[in-house]
Amino acid sequence: MGKHLFLGDEAIAQAAIDAGLSGVYAYPGTPSTEITEYIQDSDMAKSRGIRSKWCVNEKTALEAALGMSYAGKRALCCMKHVGLNVAADCFMNAAMSGVNGGLIIVTADDPSMHSSQNEQDNRVLGNFAMIPMLEPSNQQEAYDMVYGGFEMSERLGYPVLLRITTRMAHSRAGVETRPVKPQRPVSFPADGKQRFILLPVNARRRFRALLKAQETFALESETSPYNTYFDAPNREVGIITCGIGFNYIAENYPDGPEHPTLKICQYPLPRKQIEQLAATCREILVLEEGYPVVEELLRGIAGGDRSLTVHGRLDGTLPRDGELTPDIVGKTLGKDVGACYDVPGVVAQRPPCLCAGCGHRDLYSALNEVAGEYEGARVFSDIGCYTLGALPPFQAIDSCIDMGASITMAKGAADAGVFPAVSVIGDSTFTHSGMTGLLDCVNEQTPVTIIISDNETTAMTGGQDSAGTGRLEAICLGIGVEPEHLHVMTPLKKNYEEMKRIIRREIEYRGVSVLIPRRECIQSLKRKHTAKK
Amino acid sequence: MKTDIILSGVGGQGILSIAAVIGEAALKEGLYMKQAEVHGMSQRGGDVQSGLRLSDRPVASDLIPKGQADLIISLEPMESLRYLPYLKQEGWVVTGSQPYLNIPDYPDMEEIKAELGRLPHSVALDAEQIATEAGSVRAANIVILGAATPFIGIEYAKIEEGIRSIFRRKGEDVVQLNLRALRAGLDAAGRITVNH
Ligand SMILES: Cc1ncc(C[n+]2csc(CCOP(=O)(O)OP(=O)(O)O)c2C)c(N)n1
Repeated sequence: MGKHLFLGDEAIAQAAIDAGLSGVYAYPGTPSTEITEYIQDSDMAKSRGIRSKWCVNEKTALEAALGMSYAGKRALCCMKHVGLNVAADCFMNAAMSGVNGGLIIVTADDPSMHSSQNEQDNRVLGNFAMIPMLEPSNQQEAYDMVYGGFEMSERLGYPVLLRITTRMAHSRAGVETRPVKPQRPVSFPADGKQRFILLPVNARRRFRALLKAQETFALESETSPYNTYFDAPNREVGIITCGIGFNYIAENYPDGPEHPTLKICQYPLPRKQIEQLAATCREILVLEEGYPVVEELLRGIAGGDRSLTVHGRLDGTLPRDGELTPDIVGKTLGKDVGACYDVPGVVAQRPPCLCAGCGHRDLYSALNEVAGEYEGARVFSDIGCYTLGALPPFQAIDSCIDMGASITMAKGAADAGVFPAVSVIGDSTFTHSGMTGLLDCVNEQTPVTIIISDNETTAMTGGQDSAGTGRLEAICLGIGVEPEHLHVMTPLKKNYEEMKRIIRREIEYRGVSVLIPRRECIQSLKRKHTAKK
Repeated sequence: MKTDIILSGVGGQGILSIAAVIGEAALKEGLYMKQAEVHGMSQRGGDVQSGLRLSDRPVASDLIPKGQADLIISLEPMESLRYLPYLKQEGWVVTGSQPYLNIPDYPDMEEIKAELGRLPHSVALDAEQIATEAGSVRAANIVILGAATPFIGIEYAKIEEGIRSIFRRKGEDVVQLNLRALRAGLDAAGRITVNH
């Protein structure tokens, strides 16, 4: 107990430990990574035997977390927003089975796409699964929600989705921690077979139960301490804030909101309070981080309350995309905000780039030369540090869509007649979602050249262990890649000629080839070096 | 008391250690604080920024509004200019003067100096050189912090305490190195500001 300076992510992690967690299951992804890293580094988590190793992907993570919950223990599953797409099958169906031990699923959304391919708002997925959701407005709330969230999950019998966004995840503030709770023993759900075997006969019953539970969830929201109604004198406009949106109101009204304000941090939406606000104010401004989820609901289409005017991202009051900022909100509220200085014209862009000495660099240098020999060459790539090969000086890749897509897109393109169809994928991305696509290629003997650029770590997200380290060749051979078309090489300048020769030869082979340029990530090397000192 | 600080630099230069030291000192002062960091993609040699907000009242927004920062602490001269829209009219810019050259079109240093010179309050110092003289170039970030200490709103001695607790894990030598770097930065800034 005591006051600590925590990132939002760390507050969640410490809260879970304090709340009697037995296991965290996760695959790294900004801005969620620090939750699991904190638990991995925590002495308290070690002494309590909390399971915390990285999982192969978000789907395996959520399934394992559900298994731990089935066995009666409290489990946490963390991922970045796009991770929930990967885990969506389990996610949707865990809402059908419900839980036994408390299960909290954390989705760390990234509006403004600081480090992501899209800015999807996973409150939509939470609504899709119809489970209760929490969205903290500050680090203390993040702690409190997780601390109490496992019991909430157990009481309701369903998983709870905790949604945070980048600024919550990666901002530090003082957090008061609470007394440590005991962990739970193994115990099985009394009606386990009826709930967890989702044969149609059970599934129909379970879906009706989930529909019925919506009333309970709504009641929980209406009585939740996290949903607060602030009355205020200026009733011309009422304000609804979601999650950290409230902070931008507080920033602009340091002595308390000037308009009636409903702060929403728990879903489904608290209808009663919204009705109260709508009865008080004929105009409502909605401040939500992400998609206009609440705004759309308030507007309705037909049959909506015509005399109610709703402002937000849909009517242009706020930008449709990007995260909220105190400036955007201040301007909307008519405050005098703005810069005194512009960015001087001399300031040049400084995009991220591959580190000096990185093995991906040497791979791209060699690959670019060979690919340049073929007019129709296309290089399908994937997500990781090596995606930076898209930028100058390499400009070596043609795609980056979702984890694993390099292999399967290369396959589809090869099926369409593209030659050569090359895939460049990282080692962690390969085990995350590339192995299954490789099996598709092998089964059809598709002419693709797959390059697994192996730096023996998950570098982009800060150097977490990579699930296949030391076993990539065995995995590929096991999937059915022919040994004579599997090559390991060391990406170094002095090996360029040999690398080019192998790449050229395997491009010419009209079947599946796998090349593994392998050299340890320069950042991991540095870290090891400093740790030794 | 309320101080809003933008920390800026290039990924890997060590702005987060500066934030950690100030944060620790603020916590000891019993101040409220929020510190928004950027992790992930932007760290790979790209521009990085962190906003640090200290106050004796609770801090609402994790982000600093435009035109509100009292101080920009930058480890790199061009990066100090990138965040000027956040600076108050009368705010201070304290920056390292050594350019970090990892882009092909880095602007002319004279133009950068001229831009800094146009601001009412700015200090640029060769932190690498000063840190090397203090014992190691690795303490360059703390030299800059030292130069910025008069504008943070926290007593110098408290910042020293922050250094002690943040670097304690790394041993007494590292603590002493950083304390020397802090002092050297403060002294150097004093000389420059007087000449200004
Ligand atoms: C579904 C999904 N999960 C997680 C991420 C976050 N993420 C982006 S790159 C990356 C690491 C890739 O590691 P690896 O393939 O080994 O490449 P490296 O960065 O090491 O070059 C992760 C975890 C993501 N973008 N999508």
